[in-house]
Amino acid sequence: AGLELLSDQGYRIDGRRAGELRKIQARMGVFAQADGSAYIEQGNTKALAVVYGPHEIRGSRSRALPDRALVNCQYSSATFSTGERKRRPHGDRKSCEMGLQLRQTFEAAILTQLHPRSQIDIYVQVLQADGGTYAACVNAATLAVMDAGIPMRDFVCACSAGFVDGTALADLSHVEEAAGGPQLALALLPASGQIALLEMDSRLHEDHLEQVLEAAAQAARGVHTLLDLVVRQHVQEASVSLGD
Amino acid sequence: MLRSKTFLKKTRAGGVVKIVREHYLRDDIGCGAPACSACGGAHAGPALELQPRDQASSLCPWPHYLLPDTNVLLHQIDVLEHPAIRNVIVLQTVMQEVRNRSAPIYKRIRDVTNNQEKHFYTFTNEHHKETYIEQEQGENANDRNDRAIRVAAKWYNEHLKRVAADSQLQVILITNDRKNKEKAVQEGIPAFTCEEYVKSLTANPELIDRLAYLSDEMNEIESGKIIFSEHLPLSKLQQGIKSGSYLQGTFRASRENYLEATVWIHGDKEEEKEILIQGIKHLNRAVHEDIVAVELLPRSQWVAPSSVVLDDEGQNEDDVEKDEERELLLKTAVSEKMLRPTGRVVGIIKRNWRPYCGMLSKSDIKESRRHLFTPADKRIPRIRIETRQASALEGRRIIVAIDGWPRNSRYPNGHFVKNLGDVGEKETETEVLLLEHDVPHQPFSQAVLSFLPRMPWSITEEDMKNREDLRHLCVCSVDPPGCTDIDDALHCRELSNGNLEVGVHIADVSHFIRPGNALDQESARRGTTVYLCEKRIDMVPELLSSNLCSLRSNVDRLAFSCIWEMNHNAEILKTRFTKSVINSKASLTYAEAQMRIDSAAMNDDITTSLRGLNQLAKILKKGRIEKGALTLSSPEIRFHMDSETHDPIDLQTKELRETNSMVEEFMLLANISVAKKIHEEFSEHALLRKHPAPPPSNYDILVKAAKSKNLQIKTDTAKSLADSLDRAESPDFPYLNTLLRILATRCMMQAVYFCSGMDNDFHHYGLASPIYTHFTSPIRRYADIIVHRLLAVAIGADCTYPELTDKHKLSDICKNLNFRHKMAQYAQRASVAFHTQLFFKSKGIVSEEAYILFVRKNAIVVLIPKYGLEGTVFFEEKDKPKPRLAYDDEIPSLRIEGTVFHVFDKVKVKITLDSSNLQHQKIRMALVEPQIPGINIPPNVADKALTAPGGKKRKLEK
Repeated sequence: AGLELLSDQGYRIDGRRAGELRKIQARMGVFAQADGSAYIEQGNTKALAVVYGPHEIRGSRSRALPDRALVNCQYSSATFSTGERKRRPHGDRKSCEMGLQLRQTFEAAILTQLHPRSQIDIYVQVLQADGGTYAACVNAATLAVMDAGIPMRDFVCACSAGFVDGTALADLSHVEEAAGGPQLALALLPASGQIALLEMDSRLHEDHLEQVLEAAAQAARGVHTLLDLVVRQHVQEASVSLGD
Repeated sequence: MLRSKTFLKKTRAGGVVKIVREHYLRDDIGCGAPACSACGGAHAGPALELQPRDQASSLCPWPHYLLPDTNVLLHQIDVLEHPAIRNVIVLQTVMQEVRNRSAPIYKRIRDVTNNQEKHFYTFTNEHHKETYIEQEQGENANDRNDRAIRVAAKWYNEHLKRVAADSQLQVILITNDRKNKEKAVQEGIPAFTCEEYVKSLTANPELIDRLAYLSDEMNEIESGKIIFSEHLPLSKLQQGIKSGSYLQGTFRASRENYLEATVWIHGDKEEEKEILIQGIKHLNRAVHEDIVAVELLPRSQWVAPSSVVLDDEGQNEDDVEKDEERELLLKTAVSEKMLRPTGRVVGIIKRNWRPYCGMLSKSDIKESRRHLFTPADKRIPRIRIETRQASALEGRRIIVAIDGWPRNSRYPNGHFVKNLGDVGEKETETEVLLLEHDVPHQPFSQAVLSFLPRMPWSITEEDMKNREDLRHLCVCSVDPPGCTDIDDALHCRELSNGNLEVGVHIADVSHFIRPGNALDQESARRGTTVYLCEKRIDMVPELLSSNLCSLRSNVDRLAFSCIWEMNHNAEILKTRFTKSVINSKASLTYAEAQMRIDSAAMNDDITTSLRGLNQLAKILKKGRIEKGALTLSSPEIRFHMDSETHDPIDLQTKELRETNSMVEEFMLLANISVAKKIHEEFSEHALLRKHPAPPPSNYDILVKAAKSKNLQIKTDTAKSLADSLDRAESPDFPYLNTLLRILATRCMMQAVYFCSGMDNDFHHYGLASPIYTHFTSPIRRYADIIVHRLLAVAIGADCTYPELTDKHKLSDICKNLNFRHKMAQYAQRASVAFHTQLFFKSKGIVSEEAYILFVRKNAIVVLIPKYGLEGTVFFEEKDKPKPRLAYDDEIPSLRIEGTVFHVFDKVKVKITLDSSNLQHQKIRMALVEPQIPGINIPPNVADKALTAPGGKKRKLEK
């Protein structure tokens, strides 16, 4: 009889209510080697982000931009990240597209004009995928960029949202994504409320867009509160160790 | 909101993929008791009652809530639906299991839980921190769920004790599983079986009848003989179907013979589409409409379908031997080529039981509580029910549900659900035919009525936005007499440039029925208004159908107008659609309108407008017929009702006037114009109507019949068919043409609604139009409402909504509409048949002239033009010597003792009402002329025999 994504009592398959996020755990500065790094878990979706830069343009110098930094994003997902093992960890169409989306998101958030003719590399790898990979990647990368000390306008917080039986669901899990309903990914600059990226799969009637968008934005603000806590804690730890 | 611990649930699907899912357990799920301080906060939706005292159970006199397990919910839903049963906790575990096992019951339980009065509370135990349990090693899913139910019951009892120690509230587990009950009692949970509990409710003895009769395994051993072979488990069936040793199909019982059935095999293979099942053991407890698995028998055991009519008349269990004897009877010697693939049912894939209408056949033993129930539908076996009120139910129409069919029982077991009323009563019979045709006819619910506009209603500024004021136009409506739901009106006027402006104004129902609300959902479900002989089952509430939407004269009404500019040759120069306000100047009947057109004395605006319309309609009709539109005919009858008793006093065939076709012509034109417009705007999701061309073989009967009268009917195109029908006249037999047209109607296919994105054949065969839809009757057809909405969006008068632009949803709507239309038609026919019976009951015996429509092997089908009544004259009767019959398929003709019957021959028949079977009264026809010795009944004897039951009838009539 198919899965009931939202029960009459308002519970989702995994016991959450419509607007609730999954459990988020994050850590900054996981690698000493890189300029900045972060690891995030959003439920069962786990992602690692590493940032290098700003540094001189690598490869052909002609790519350098005279007025701002070049943001280079690469996305990959581990072969073991999904139920069935993947053949190619990176370089497929989906990975390239995700890389472009991340680039667009971070070009909007990083104050690139402060570093003309330089390059910032963001590498993201998904270790386990259980829905909302784009959101997890953005959230991990935000922390990593901050860890690298690169100035940004604001946090970029991302969250997905779906739509089932007239109700918007925040932070979709893999089961909910696989059910095939409309799915919206939103990257938000929470302080200003500006949208860094908005993407949607499949059809959704325009009457409902507002509602789904609001659910995603609300969830993204929730993500922001949590990430803010992580950053403050990390800074505190760092200052304590400096004090010694 | 507190989120509690996270943990992983690992399952293996297909043994390959490892699925890892999170499961958040919560501590904020309320228990549903309003006084509960621990759960805090109000609960949305219906909740339990604070002091459930009204259930006076002798088993547990203290206040209590009930907690049924899955099987109780699945089997005893009729008990739970009874208003006396309240304050029930439905666990999520139970809901999920019900959802997986039976969709109809899931729907019913959801309806019950949504009913505030019932105080059913759904407890989400699987997400609750304290009631969630994990499946243990070696424990199967069923045991785990049973344990989950017990854990929840225990939690509830402890929780309630903590919260309201003084009120002694208890939760009682209701389970029919003995082991489960024992375990529960061990764990200190009060538990009863459903039967124990219901019997303890001394205040409501009628509940006992509603108990589903479930045989315990214990009893089964005692009551001896096993009649049927076991059904194979589903896993084995699926294996067998995959390997090809079994076939899956829909079981269709035979109407004529209870020992015979066919199974329609699902699949695309042309051969062996149908498998014959013969004999009670091979039928193996399958019931009509079930999805079954069958095994083909070896070729040596194949049989031919018998032509014998057999009714199940047995009363006891011991009839099985008799059945076997009867089975032998079926196996008459037949030629090799008559043999059909024969099989036996090995298992049931899905039961499709529903509640059945019928009557009780009381047991011969006076004190017996077990009785047999005979369903009205002959394809359904008789059902054994247990009831104490048998004498009260005798002679009543009742509803019974099947509970199960054990291996040792000749009949399925069931339980009584509802009493409809006395048999033969008009209300009861109407109810029965509505139920049997699945016509939703309950009064509109409060939720639906809440979306009606407040009275007194008037047109506001807001309504006038996007709307044209056409109140100055001279609009009038033309309808059959007594029509209260007027959904169309017309006007015609001359423009300054000499052209004519013609407007069709349709009631703007979509203004009142907004998408998605309860009113819209209910009308979508009903799909169409059903017109029975003395009753109308409205699709929309009466306030709309007979008042606000009805385009009555001299009141302002909202309309959707389709306005053309035409020249005097009825060529369309311009088409325009607009929402409007009109004020009809007159509501006329067809006869009144005809009179106005014909009388030279009248020259007012309305009359000139009508004349203009009539003129144009004639040209339009001519054009349409030239294109090949068919004019078909079907005998339609109307009853003249007695205004007080509502009994039919006379029948009359419908009369057709020029004005009928005038209105029809403009409605067709409007529908076609609208269809073009919405298809142009929404190529993917326009709701259209098509009428497929029939396959040539359908016409065989017509061509052969015409040939016997030396006429030629060409059927290669609609045009040639129309032309040849027009030419088919016989000077000495004027009625022949109508008969041919009636026959041609029978050859046609059904017209259906469809969504333009899902199909590519749009042609309407009967109207010879490349595209067609329904726009003109939104009060009585839901399809028109959708079309109105589409058109409103297309002209920018309204906004779209999600379901409107979803072709899958639209195609689901079409499916439902097609089904409802078909059922409405059947219900209408059944209603006419019932009233015909009433009519002839009062009329006594009549002899009338009739024409032969079809010739069958042992009968002729005749049509009586005077009543538009069709009936069958049988030449073989049970206790009489069989006459010599010779049937010729080629001509078609039937020779009986030297008299030959051809199609269209004129005969004289005697019409009587046969009420020997109280449940299936029917019109019986017997031949009077031509005289055939041994066939005709001598008139005087017949009169006596037929007046005898008259006395009894009179009593019923009263």
